[in-house]
Amino acid sequence: MDWQAFWLTFRLAVIVTAVLLAVGLPLAYWIAFSRWRWKFLCEAVVALPIVLPPTVLGFYVLIALGARSPLGRWWQSMTGHTLAFTFEGLVIGSVIYSLPFAVQPFAAAFSAVDRRLLNASAVLGVSKLRTFWRVILPLSLSGLVTGIALTFAHTIGEFGVVLMVGGNIPGVTRTLSINIFDQVQDLNYAAANTTSLVLLVIAFILLSVVYSFNRRSWSLWPRP
Amino acid sequence: MATTLNRLHPKASSDSTVSSALQVRVRRTLTSEDGSFQLDVAFALEKGITILFGPSGAGKTTLLDCIAGLTDPDQGQIATGARVMFDSEEGINLSPRERKIGYVFQDLALFPHLTVEANVAYGIGGLKAEDRKRRIADSLESLGIADLSARRPAELSGGERQRVALARALVTQPSVLLLDEPLAALDMPVRMKIAEDLRKSIQSLPIPLLYVTHSRDEVFMLGERMLMLERGKIIAEGTPHQVMSAPRSETVAQLAGFENVFDAEVTSIHEERGTMTCKLGERKVELETPLVRAEVGSKLRVGVSAGDVLLATSAPVGLSARNILPGKLVSLWQRDMIVVARVDCGVEMSVHLTLAARDALQLSPGRPVWLIVKTHSCHLLG
Repeated sequence: MDWQAFWLTFRLAVIVTAVLLAVGLPLAYWIAFSRWRWKFLCEAVVALPIVLPPTVLGFYVLIALGARSPLGRWWQSMTGHTLAFTFEGLVIGSVIYSLPFAVQPFAAAFSAVDRRLLNASAVLGVSKLRTFWRVILPLSLSGLVTGIALTFAHTIGEFGVVLMVGGNIPGVTRTLSINIFDQVQDLNYAAANTTSLVLLVIAFILLSVVYSFNRRSWSLWPRP
Repeated sequence: MATTLNRLHPKASSDSTVSSALQVRVRRTLTSEDGSFQLDVAFALEKGITILFGPSGAGKTTLLDCIAGLTDPDQGQIATGARVMFDSEEGINLSPRERKIGYVFQDLALFPHLTVEANVAYGIGGLKAEDRKRRIADSLESLGIADLSARRPAELSGGERQRVALARALVTQPSVLLLDEPLAALDMPVRMKIAEDLRKSIQSLPIPLLYVTHSRDEVFMLGERMLMLERGKIIAEGTPHQVMSAPRSETVAQLAGFENVFDAEVTSIHEERGTMTCKLGERKVELETPLVRAEVGSKLRVGVSAGDVLLATSAPVGLSARNILPGKLVSLWQRDMIVVARVDCGVEMSVHLTLAARDALQLSPGRPVWLIVKTHSCHLLG
């Protein structure tokens, strides 16, 4: 077991999940409640990472992070090094790659909140932001947990984007899934087996949390 | 109960010189299954309960939503006293958050994840913690739900939930209270009891209340004034008695609960008894009705509620009721828990029976029956 890769992967998943919580909640709110007629285009863009080959996504992210792009140049002028093949670059690529796994469950949960409750909140004079914290979020808990768990699990398991954007630098961008690839290349099947098993167990536990939580939240607050 | 609620509105009750009337002038296109129509109403509400009555699809809820700011009228003006909330010409359109309007929704819309206390506290912010607490406690107390404060809506009965919704709306000290069929979700047996409680709670509030219902019983129990809405227009207004006992249109008559409406002609007047006799249609059927200002030969219409007619399978004797009409049963059909019997007694009349009554009397079409109608069950329509 490569513990360096394990902790790197864990750190990456935690950071990506945190970023997607911060970015995904407002984005999901907008998707759930905006009446803008071109909204469907944004929804399609958010869903793209589900269907695109990770190499395609990785390629574009690599270009966007590179020294020739405005973002890459700005980052270089701020920090003195490029984003590509760094942990920060990996975070950016992973955030984009896991975006739909956070935003879609969040948005679905927000949309499922009874609009009449939101009307009631408005008539009672409560601001949209407070309504979000006091009504929408508590009633979307299962969607929130689903989004967080899926994002976390998906980030741990990604391969293509990591390879394209991060390369395979030990301690910087070598995650567990890359680690398995290396182990198989080296014909070290025993190590690959251990690492694979760890990933399998983590994924199973996370999904079990999602499903058990979805069940529990229903029995806690049955709709009147 | 009513006096404690008044405490929640100290300002309004002491300040009667400033008019807090709700003025509404609204025009909005509505689409329904049978084509679109215009909601087009103008009225002013003083303090007290005004019933908004009408068939479903008449635009009642849309009207309330316009007043609350949940839907925008195409045109018009909505104001309480000098406070304009919507004015299409001035371009004023306050958001629902700014309108200070209390709204008890048809399905109550209680927050399922919050306790009773948190539901009631939901709309009051910006107060000192102490004042806030007292106001919530007062409101829970006055509606008799203080001992439920830790429960969630799912653990409450229909009547309790209804009181929580009322408390939640009133604790914000609204300038107007809208109630959209607040008893519709309740079962019939408890409904009248809760309507009575509701009346006690809201009757003396010093603000205008607009109460939507399509139950005749609620109209008479709660209303001092009523507006009758049909396909977006106010077709009648006045006291419930004026509107309901003298419906000017067939729809109103049916809404008011008169399944039987007949053209009639006055044949004789009995001043001393306070009654008169009317001939129905071209037939010889005669009904004794309460006396109204009319002359022999006047044409008018008589409405009889199908629930007010008794049915007997043999000629009844020794009854106080003045109208006993022999006839023949034409048809029987069941609607929900009510059996509707059509009886031909010179004119056709509908009678409502219970399922038990139908079975006990072993009714079947063709059978001779007698209808019994009290004088005061005959309502003279304009």
